[in-house]
Amino acid sequence: MKSTLAALIAGLLFGAGLLLSGMVNPAKVIGFLDIAGAWDPSLALVMVSAILVSWMGVQLALRRATAPAEDPPQRAIDRPLLLGSALFGIGWGITGFCPGPAVAALGMGFWPAPVVVIGLLVGLWAGNRLSV
Amino acid sequence: MDIAWSVFTPWHSLAGGLLIGLAATILLLANGQIAGISGILGNLLQRSGLQGWRVAFVAGLVLAPLLLLPLLPAIGPFRPSVPVAEHMDILRLLAGGFLVGLGTRMANGCTSGHGVCGLARFSQRSLAAVLTFMLAGFATVYIWRETWGLPL
Repeated sequence: MKSTLAALIAGLLFGAGLLLSGMVNPAKVIGFLDIAGAWDPSLALVMVSAILVSWMGVQLALRRATAPAEDPPQRAIDRPLLLGSALFGIGWGITGFCPGPAVAALGMGFWPAPVVVIGLLVGLWAGNRLSV
Repeated sequence: MDIAWSVFTPWHSLAGGLLIGLAATILLLANGQIAGISGILGNLLQRSGLQGWRVAFVAGLVLAPLLLLPLLPAIGPFRPSVPVAEHMDILRLLAGGFLVGLGTRMANGCTSGHGVCGLARFSQRSLAAVLTFMLAGFATVYIWRETWGLPL
Protein backbone atom coordinates (compact mmCIF):
# COMPACT_ATOMS: atom_id res chain seq x y z
CA MET A 1 0.00 0.00 0.00
CA LYS A 2 2.75 2.42 0.99
CA SER A 3 4.77 1.52 -2.09
CA THR A 4 1.71 1.99 -4.33
CA LEU A 5 1.08 5.45 -2.87
CA ALA A 6 4.76 6.41 -3.30
CA ALA A 7 4.63 5.24 -6.93
CA LEU A 8 1.46 7.27 -7.56
CA ILE A 9 3.11 10.40 -6.12
CA ALA A 10 6.26 9.74 -8.15
CA GLY A 11 4.14 9.33 -11.30
CA LEU A 12 2.29 12.58 -10.61
CA LEU A 13 5.57 14.48 -10.06
CA PHE A 14 7.14 12.91 -13.14
CA GLY A 15 4.14 13.89 -15.27
CA ALA A 16 4.09 17.39 -13.80
CA GLY A 17 7.79 17.77 -14.65
CA LEU A 18 7.27 16.62 -18.23
CA LEU A 19 4.31 18.99 -18.58
CA LEU A 20 5.97 22.05 -17.05
CA SER A 21 9.18 21.62 -19.06
CA GLY A 22 7.23 21.32 -22.31
CA MET A 23 8.57 17.83 -23.02
CA VAL A 24 5.01 16.60 -23.60
CA ASN A 25 4.98 18.94 -26.58
CA PRO A 26 6.58 17.00 -29.48
CA ALA A 27 7.41 20.23 -31.35
CA LYS A 28 9.64 21.21 -28.43
CA VAL A 29 11.50 17.89 -28.61
CA ILE A 30 11.93 18.12 -32.39
CA GLY A 31 13.26 21.66 -31.82
CA PHE A 32 15.99 20.11 -29.63
CA LEU A 33 16.78 17.35 -32.14
CA ASP A 34 17.00 19.89 -34.99
CA ILE A 35 20.57 20.69 -34.05
CA ALA A 36 21.54 22.05 -37.49
CA GLY A 37 18.50 24.34 -37.63
CA ALA A 38 17.04 26.78 -35.09
CA TRP A 39 18.13 24.79 -32.05
CA ASP A 40 16.07 24.80 -28.83
CA PRO A 41 18.39 23.57 -26.02
CA SER A 42 15.51 23.24 -23.48
CA LEU A 43 15.60 19.42 -23.37
CA ALA A 44 19.29 19.46 -22.39
CA LEU A 45 18.51 21.64 -19.37
CA VAL A 46 15.67 19.31 -18.33
CA MET A 47 18.17 16.45 -18.40
CA VAL A 48 20.78 18.42 -16.44
CA SER A 49 18.51 19.29 -13.51
CA ALA A 50 16.79 15.87 -13.53
CA ILE A 51 20.18 14.10 -13.43
CA LEU A 52 21.50 16.37 -10.67
CA VAL A 53 18.51 15.70 -8.41
CA SER A 54 18.55 11.96 -9.23
CA TRP A 55 22.26 11.87 -8.45
CA MET A 56 21.49 13.23 -4.98
CA GLY A 57 18.80 10.55 -4.65
CA VAL A 58 21.28 7.86 -5.61
CA GLN A 59 23.77 9.16 -3.00
CA LEU A 60 21.03 9.06 -0.34
CA ALA A 61 20.08 5.52 -1.35
CA LEU A 62 23.71 4.40 -1.18
CA ARG A 63 24.06 5.89 2.29
CA ARG A 64 20.94 4.07 3.40
CA ALA A 65 22.20 0.97 1.60
CA THR A 66 18.82 0.48 -0.05
CA ALA A 67 20.09 -0.90 -3.31
CA PRO A 68 17.45 -0.85 -6.02
CA ALA A 69 15.39 -4.04 -5.93
CA GLU A 70 15.43 -3.93 -9.70
CA ASP A 71 19.13 -3.13 -9.99
CA PRO A 72 19.90 -3.16 -13.70
CA PRO A 73 22.36 -5.93 -14.60
CA GLN A 74 25.86 -4.61 -15.14
CA ARG A 75 26.48 -5.96 -18.59
CA ALA A 76 28.86 -4.93 -21.31
CA ILE A 77 27.95 -2.41 -23.98
CA ASP A 78 26.52 -4.92 -26.44
CA ARG A 79 24.79 -4.96 -29.79
CA PRO A 80 21.15 -4.94 -28.54
CA LEU A 81 21.94 -1.84 -26.45
CA LEU A 82 23.33 0.10 -29.42
CA LEU A 83 20.94 -1.21 -32.09
CA GLY A 84 17.92 -0.70 -29.82
CA SER A 85 19.03 2.81 -28.90
CA ALA A 86 19.52 3.66 -32.59
CA LEU A 87 16.00 2.42 -33.45
CA PHE A 88 14.62 4.39 -30.52
CA GLY A 89 16.41 7.54 -31.72
CA ILE A 90 14.90 7.18 -35.21
CA GLY A 91 11.38 6.78 -33.79
CA TRP A 92 11.99 9.69 -31.43
CA GLY A 93 13.11 11.86 -34.36
CA ILE A 94 10.08 11.17 -36.54
CA THR A 95 7.46 11.60 -33.80
CA GLY A 96 9.00 13.89 -31.16
CA PHE A 97 7.83 11.45 -28.49
CA CYS A 98 9.80 9.22 -26.14
CA PRO A 99 7.91 6.82 -23.81
CA GLY A 100 7.29 9.11 -20.79
CA PRO A 101 5.94 12.13 -22.67
CA ALA A 102 3.83 9.90 -24.95
CA VAL A 103 2.06 8.40 -21.93
CA ALA A 104 1.77 11.74 -20.09
CA ALA A 105 0.35 13.38 -23.23
CA LEU A 106 -2.59 10.93 -22.98
CA GLY A 107 -3.82 13.21 -20.19
CA MET A 108 -3.73 16.28 -22.44
CA GLY A 109 -6.43 15.55 -24.99
CA PHE A 110 -3.83 15.85 -27.77
CA TRP A 111 -4.87 13.37 -30.46
CA PRO A 112 -1.42 12.17 -31.66
CA ALA A 113 -0.66 10.85 -28.15
CA PRO A 114 -2.95 7.77 -28.15
CA VAL A 115 -1.80 6.89 -31.69
CA VAL A 116 1.88 6.97 -30.67
CA VAL A 117 1.09 5.00 -27.50
CA ILE A 118 -0.56 2.21 -29.53
CA GLY A 119 2.60 1.93 -31.66
CA LEU A 120 4.73 2.15 -28.52
CA LEU A 121 2.88 -0.69 -26.76
CA VAL A 122 3.09 -2.94 -29.83
CA GLY A 123 6.82 -2.17 -30.05
CA LEU A 124 7.38 -2.91 -26.35
CA TRP A 125 5.43 -6.14 -26.71
CA ALA A 126 7.59 -7.12 -29.71
CA GLY A 127 10.69 -6.25 -27.70
CA ASN A 128 9.48 -8.44 -24.82
CA ARG A 129 9.09 -11.35 -27.26
CA LEU A 130 12.61 -10.80 -28.62
CA SER A 131 14.24 -10.94 -25.21
CA VAL A 132 12.57 -14.21 -24.10
CA MET B 1 24.31 26.10 -34.84
CA ASP B 2 21.78 28.86 -34.12
CA ILE B 3 20.07 28.88 -30.77
CA ALA B 4 16.35 29.58 -31.09
CA TRP B 5 16.17 32.06 -28.21
CA SER B 6 12.49 32.85 -28.85
CA VAL B 7 11.42 29.29 -27.97
CA PHE B 8 14.16 28.41 -25.45
CA THR B 9 12.54 28.07 -21.99
CA PRO B 10 15.40 27.58 -19.50
CA TRP B 11 13.41 28.15 -16.28
CA HIS B 12 10.54 25.85 -17.24
CA SER B 13 13.15 23.25 -18.24
CA LEU B 14 15.14 23.45 -15.00
CA ALA B 15 11.98 23.37 -12.85
CA GLY B 16 10.51 20.47 -14.82
CA GLY B 17 13.75 18.52 -14.61
CA LEU B 18 13.82 19.09 -10.85
CA LEU B 19 10.35 17.50 -10.52
CA ILE B 20 11.43 14.56 -12.70
CA GLY B 21 14.55 14.04 -10.57
CA LEU B 22 12.43 14.24 -7.42
CA ALA B 23 10.07 11.59 -8.82
CA ALA B 24 13.00 9.29 -9.59
CA THR B 25 14.36 9.85 -6.08
CA ILE B 26 11.04 9.00 -4.41
CA LEU B 27 10.70 5.82 -6.44
CA LEU B 28 14.27 4.81 -5.59
CA LEU B 29 14.10 5.58 -1.85
CA ALA B 30 10.54 4.44 -1.14
CA ASN B 31 10.32 1.47 -3.48
CA GLY B 32 13.91 0.69 -4.50
CA GLN B 33 12.83 1.00 -8.14
CA ILE B 34 14.23 2.75 -11.20
CA ALA B 35 11.97 5.36 -12.84
CA GLY B 36 12.37 4.01 -16.36
CA ILE B 37 9.17 4.48 -18.32
CA SER B 38 9.88 1.93 -21.07
CA GLY B 39 10.77 -0.68 -18.43
CA ILE B 40 7.65 0.05 -16.38
CA LEU B 41 5.39 -0.15 -19.46
CA GLY B 42 7.17 -3.18 -20.91
CA ASN B 43 6.84 -5.06 -17.63
CA LEU B 44 3.14 -4.16 -17.39
CA LEU B 45 2.64 -6.02 -20.68
CA GLN B 46 3.90 -9.22 -19.05
CA ARG B 47 1.82 -11.12 -16.54
CA SER B 48 4.79 -11.43 -14.17
CA GLY B 49 5.38 -7.67 -14.26
CA LEU B 50 1.78 -6.64 -13.60
CA GLN B 51 2.31 -5.06 -10.19
CA GLY B 52 0.39 -2.38 -8.34
CA TRP B 53 3.21 0.13 -8.07
CA ARG B 54 3.68 0.12 -11.86
CA VAL B 55 -0.03 0.70 -12.47
CA ALA B 56 -0.02 3.51 -9.87
CA PHE B 57 3.02 5.19 -11.43
CA VAL B 58 1.50 5.17 -14.93
CA ALA B 59 -1.82 6.43 -13.53
CA GLY B 60 0.02 9.35 -11.92
CA LEU B 61 1.84 10.09 -15.17
CA VAL B 62 -1.45 10.41 -17.09
CA LEU B 63 -3.32 12.17 -14.28
CA ALA B 64 -0.72 14.92 -13.80
CA PRO B 65 -1.43 16.84 -17.05
CA LEU B 66 -5.15 16.19 -16.68
CA LEU B 67 -5.12 17.90 -13.26
CA LEU B 68 -2.49 20.58 -13.93
CA LEU B 69 -3.11 21.74 -17.48
CA PRO B 70 -6.25 23.74 -16.59
CA LEU B 71 -4.26 25.58 -13.89
CA LEU B 72 -1.34 26.60 -16.12
CA PRO B 73 -1.28 29.85 -18.12
CA ALA B 74 -2.57 29.81 -21.70
CA ILE B 75 0.88 30.44 -23.15
CA GLY B 76 3.89 28.27 -22.39
CA PRO B 77 6.09 25.46 -23.68
CA PHE B 78 3.52 22.94 -22.40
CA ARG B 79 0.88 23.91 -24.99
CA PRO B 80 1.18 21.83 -28.16
CA SER B 81 -0.07 24.12 -30.93
CA VAL B 82 -2.72 22.85 -33.32
CA PRO B 83 -0.65 23.16 -36.53
CA VAL B 84 1.75 20.66 -34.99
CA ALA B 85 -0.99 18.05 -34.81
CA GLU B 86 -2.08 18.64 -38.40
CA HIS B 87 1.30 17.55 -39.71
CA MET B 88 1.32 14.29 -37.81
CA ASP B 89 -0.12 11.61 -40.02
CA ILE B 90 -1.29 8.46 -38.33
CA LEU B 91 1.03 6.00 -40.08
CA ARG B 92 4.14 7.97 -39.12
CA LEU B 93 3.00 8.17 -35.50
CA LEU B 94 2.31 4.43 -35.35
CA ALA B 95 5.61 3.49 -37.01
CA GLY B 96 7.59 5.94 -34.88
CA GLY B 97 5.91 4.73 -31.69
CA PHE B 98 6.68 1.14 -32.68
CA LEU B 99 10.39 1.93 -33.19
CA VAL B 100 10.49 3.73 -29.83
CA GLY B 101 8.90 0.75 -28.08
CA LEU B 102 10.99 -1.94 -29.76
CA GLY B 103 14.23 0.01 -29.47
CA THR B 104 13.88 0.96 -25.81
CA ARG B 105 12.97 -2.62 -24.88
CA MET B 106 15.99 -4.00 -26.74
CA ALA B 107 18.23 -1.41 -25.08
CA ASN B 108 16.56 -1.87 -21.66
CA GLY B 109 15.83 1.82 -21.26
CA CYS B 110 14.90 5.17 -22.72
CA THR B 111 15.35 8.86 -21.92
CA SER B 112 14.28 8.28 -18.31
CA GLY B 113 15.88 4.93 -17.42
CA HIS B 114 19.18 5.46 -19.25
CA GLY B 115 19.07 9.24 -19.66
CA VAL B 116 18.12 10.36 -16.15
CA CYS B 117 18.54 7.40 -13.77
CA GLY B 118 21.42 5.69 -15.58
CA LEU B 119 23.54 8.81 -16.04
CA ALA B 120 22.91 9.74 -12.39
CA ARG B 121 24.50 6.38 -11.49
CA PHE B 122 27.40 6.97 -13.94
CA SER B 123 26.46 3.80 -15.83
CA GLN B 124 28.65 3.28 -18.90
CA ARG B 125 25.90 1.33 -20.66
CA SER B 126 23.53 4.23 -20.12
CA LEU B 127 26.06 6.73 -21.46
CA ALA B 128 26.50 4.59 -24.59
CA ALA B 129 22.70 4.35 -24.98
CA VAL B 130 22.15 8.10 -24.53
CA LEU B 131 24.88 9.04 -27.04
CA THR B 132 23.44 6.55 -29.55
CA PHE B 133 19.80 7.62 -29.33
CA MET B 134 20.70 11.32 -29.31
CA LEU B 135 22.88 10.93 -32.43
CA ALA B 136 20.18 8.83 -34.14
CA GLY B 137 17.58 11.48 -33.23
CA PHE B 138 19.74 14.35 -34.53
CA ALA B 139 20.49 12.45 -37.75
CA THR B 140 16.82 11.49 -38.31
CA VAL B 141 15.56 15.05 -37.89
CA TYR B 142 18.36 16.40 -40.09
CA ILE B 143 17.70 13.94 -42.92
CA TRP B 144 13.94 14.40 -42.59
CA ARG B 145 14.22 18.16 -42.76
CA GLU B 146 16.56 18.09 -45.76
CA THR B 147 14.17 15.72 -47.57
CA TRP B 148 10.64 16.73 -46.60
CA GLY B 149 10.96 19.66 -44.22
CA LEU B 150 10.79 19.52 -40.40
CA PRO B 151 8.87 16.48 -39.08
CA LEU B 152 6.55 18.87 -37.21
